[in-house]
Amino acid sequence: MINKFVDSVAEALADTPDGATVLIGGFGTAGIPDELIEGLLVQGAKDLTLVNNNAGNGDQGLAALLKAGRVRKVLCSFPRQTDSHVFDALYRSGQVELELVPQGNLAERIRAAGAGIGGFFSPTGYGTDLAKNADGSLKETREINGRMYVYETPIHGDLALIRAERGDRWGNLTFRKSARNFGPVMAMAARKTVASVYEKAELGGIDPETVITPGIFVHAVVHIPRVATQAGGIKA
Amino acid sequence: MSYIRRTKDELAARVARDIPEGATVNLGIGQPTLVANHIPPTLEILLHSENGILGMGPAPAAGQEDYDLINAGKQPVTLLQGGAYFHHADSFAMMRGGHLDICVLGAFQVSATGDLANWHTGEPGAIPAVGGAMDLAIGAKQTWVMMDLLTKQGQSKLVSACSYPLTGIGCVKRVYTDLATLACTANGLLVIDMVPGLTLEALSELIGLPLA
Repeated sequence: MINKFVDSVAEALADTPDGATVLIGGFGTAGIPDELIEGLLVQGAKDLTLVNNNAGNGDQGLAALLKAGRVRKVLCSFPRQTDSHVFDALYRSGQVELELVPQGNLAERIRAAGAGIGGFFSPTGYGTDLAKNADGSLKETREINGRMYVYETPIHGDLALIRAERGDRWGNLTFRKSARNFGPVMAMAARKTVASVYEKAELGGIDPETVITPGIFVHAVVHIPRVATQAGGIKA
Repeated sequence: MSYIRRTKDELAARVARDIPEGATVNLGIGQPTLVANHIPPTLEILLHSENGILGMGPAPAAGQEDYDLINAGKQPVTLLQGGAYFHHADSFAMMRGGHLDICVLGAFQVSATGDLANWHTGEPGAIPAVGGAMDLAIGAKQTWVMMDLLTKQGQSKLVSACSYPLTGIGCVKRVYTDLATLACTANGLLVIDMVPGLTLEALSELIGLPLA
């Protein structure tokens, strides 16, 4: 019998190694797997590379991981927020590395990893500072049908942490509204994907026409009691 | 000679007037968000939000906020009848794949030939942040910019070449400002309209570039 339900966040994250690249879903207040991030903080893995749209808000969640000195590098599209003080200070003092990636390239690089694509040519960022490698050299470019493109590489995760809405024991997932955001592509791109769900469904309890992430992409499902997603964390 | 600048709401209304029924439109965070308030409710115009919404509706009534349903600026929104949700890779495929008709962005600077700078001042210690700006700028069929023409120091934000780091090259089609609406072309700036009382000569002097 296949049973991807695990009883606790701690059990789901127990084997996270130091140096792991962790893909973390969520955008703004929607879809952030708070309980899984908290679990990673407790679990203790260090020297992490985090992939998220942002670089932490306030002092909780990603910011707490950063503050605890557990993060070596952040890949994200939008680190600067009114309450990103933890990241800002670490970045300015050179204690955390930043790879800034345009949001669509970020999503597609993650998707490419999940889809077994060895990179792709994107028009986004051509001719800008973000079409450069970390050492300042230009990324490979190519003219295709008269337009210029930049070669972008896949982003593979050792672990993906995502928040879904419903899940069954095979790992099939549904999402809620704009909380879907990075969840489905991140689920595809990691060696191990852990999803938190508000509701455990019986096998067959999710209409197969509405499954957004098929269970093949999911390795562990943790049930988290439902609480309404609240404002906070992000301040306009 | 006297003229009166467009207010932010008048500018938003001016942009909204050029959006045709049936268009799919992405409004950038900040000032462009105001454009939504000026789209006549009788027109079916589909608003796209980078975080996976097409057919985005207005802000909910107080007390009705659902923080799983937010816009790119992370404010609570609603979904219109017929709207849809999708994941991030699909959302950016809509931009990059040329499926969006119009995006409206803010800017630090725009060049006469349509180069855009709006993501980073490049100042020491500044934390860079790009979000979806680069994908939108080069992806939408038409990229429009909405901004004040002059900086607080009185310098034109329409320039011959951007001094701030670029967001995209030759991607801006039109610039809506508090004083005039202009088109960026390979041959430079074309004036589409000006506020009453402003002359082509005076506008050209403010911008410091030839206008047609």
